Amino acid sequence: MGKKVVVKIMVMLFLSAMMLTVSCAKKSVETDPSAGIQQGSQDGLSAEEIARQKALEEERLREEALRKALAAEKEKFEMEDIYFDFDSSELVPDARTLLKEKADFLTRNSGLTVTIEGHCDERGTTEYNLALGERRAMAAKRYLQDLGIAEFRLNTISYGEERPAIQGNDESAWSKNRRAHFVIR
Amino acid sequence: MRIMVQKINTKLMAALNSCGFFILCGLLCVLALFPAVVMAQHAYININDPLMRKIPVAIPYFKAFTGHEQEVSLGKNAVDIMSSALDFTGYLSVLDKASFIENPAIKGITGADINYKNWTVIGADLLITGGIVEQNGAVRLELRLFDSFKESLLIGKVYTGHKEDIKSMVYRFCAEISLLLTGKMGVFGSKLAFVSTVKGNKEIFTCDFDGGNVSRLTNFNNITMSPAWSSDGNYIAFTSYAKGNPDLYIRDLRTNSDAVLSKKGLNITPAWIPGQFALAATLSFSGDQDIYIISGSGAVKSQLTKSMGIDVSPAFSPDGTQFAFVSKRSGNPQIYIGDTGSGSARRLTFEGNYNTSPAWSPDGDKIAYVGVVKNSINIYVIGVNGGGPTQLTSGQGDNEDPSWSPDGNLIAFSSTRQGASRIFVMTSTGSDQRPLFTFGGSQTDPTWSSAFGNK
Repeated sequence: MGKKVVVKIMVMLFLSAMMLTVSCAKKSVETDPSAGIQQGSQDGLSAEEIARQKALEEERLREEALRKALAAEKEKFEMEDIYFDFDSSELVPDARTLLKEKADFLTRNSGLTVTIEGHCDERGTTEYNLALGERRAMAAKRYLQDLGIAEFRLNTISYGEERPAIQGNDESAWSKNRRAHFVIR
Repeated sequence: MRIMVQKINTKLMAALNSCGFFILCGLLCVLALFPAVVMAQHAYININDPLMRKIPVAIPYFKAFTGHEQEVSLGKNAVDIMSSALDFTGYLSVLDKASFIENPAIKGITGADINYKNWTVIGADLLITGGIVEQNGAVRLELRLFDSFKESLLIGKVYTGHKEDIKSMVYRFCAEISLLLTGKMGVFGSKLAFVSTVKGNKEIFTCDFDGGNVSRLTNFNNITMSPAWSSDGNYIAFTSYAKGNPDLYIRDLRTNSDAVLSKKGLNITPAWIPGQFALAATLSFSGDQDIYIISGSGAVKSQLTKSMGIDVSPAFSPDGTQFAFVSKRSGNPQIYIGDTGSGSARRLTFEGNYNTSPAWSPDGDKIAYVGVVKNSINIYVIGVNGGGPTQLTSGQGDNEDPSWSPDGNLIAFSSTRQGASRIFVMTSTGSDQRPLFTFGGSQTDPTWSSAFGNK
């Protein structure tokens, strides 16, 4: 019984605080808004309410930080390509390291699905490169599957040499174009 | 289009056919009746000889029989079409009209009118005269080919039709000349499909064999590539990312409608089986890139290659019993020849570690392909039995996508020798390399049709 009374009082307090806030807000439309806020705190908004609002704000900030962190992680995930040797779809050690990081990210974000794009450099011929690009995408996909990522979350597509990351016809450009690129869907 | 053809008597014809049965014969009919004409041809030229000398030919302006303005202008136009068409062959060189001593347009166009010495003295081995009559859009075109040293008429034809048909009439006569000189009908009437970029997107275009009449075939605003003509010229198959995935499209050029094969993964590198409404293409729905037979309406019929690893770019022998293709089964891309019936295959190329893009010659004895050696990409030709290989391009940009002309005399290819990729042609021995046309954007993947326009 005692508890119920306390709850009722709290609800009353909360409602009156709400009404106060609303009226203050209304007033603040007519007067200086900063004055309104000051008045609100001066009016003795309960410490509880202030704490509650602070907590809400902190939570919002935490969520925003998380969101930002996830966005940064997503960006990193999409920015970092894995690279291949000429005419090869074999995963080199650096590619495996990076794929482990990607698998870790995908494990932590189990709602995400990914398209893996296979690309080639401009050497060689367009038709063969379509097939080679697909094998590169498939090699990355298989490795991620081995690391526990469900197949249905991993799509592949080959663009052959059609969409180079870097224009140029020397090894520095070619080595950046022989890649698998990851896009979150 | 309806063109009537009439034969003008030649000494050879007269000898073969004393009863004078030569009036209003259709082209093919003439050939069937007089095989001796076909047999006589190689006296003139062997286009497979790399040291071959081009035959100089004089094409003076045609005689306008009525003489009215439009007739004269149609005649001039016909001479221009003929000159560029014959120049294009790579085995004829058309002489500058400034050197001509005699003017058949005034003096006359028959053998009796010609003083052959006036042509031999300027170096014209061959002489073509023409006469034109135009009346209310109806045209009569009279064309003769003379051997000026032998002082004899080699071919004489009269074509009648509409003035819109003049180009076709001229091409038909060019095809006759080609047949006489080389034993084949030539490229006249054939077309090319190719890929060109429009605002950065690859689209498919077609044009006449000489680069004229450029026309856009696709408008997907995406990646569209690998055009392949059916034998009858009624269909072009290609790959497009129009719906996101590299799908196979089979376009009926008469109705402009597409059949689409959209299996998971790749649907690429189509090649029609000669004479059939079916093609081969690489599909990867199984997880491995293999070549399959697909019906002309886009249904998968059977699997042609089964080895693990990349199998792409099929190209059929003229009789369709064999196909060349690229496989990585030995560790790097090489050309193989497979049996269409059994699928069993043998390796053809052993030099270098990157050989792709095979194109089977219309004669059936050679395969043109692309080889990459030390980052330079060039066109090579190898015998079907492994003879050669011979390098046809070198030291000038990247050279890719070889495609044989229907008579086997020429090879179209793409080259970056002038910067952006352009379509080039050369003779089958690699001589006479020249750009086919100048066009904005970059062009790749030329594919020659059969000479269906000659039929």
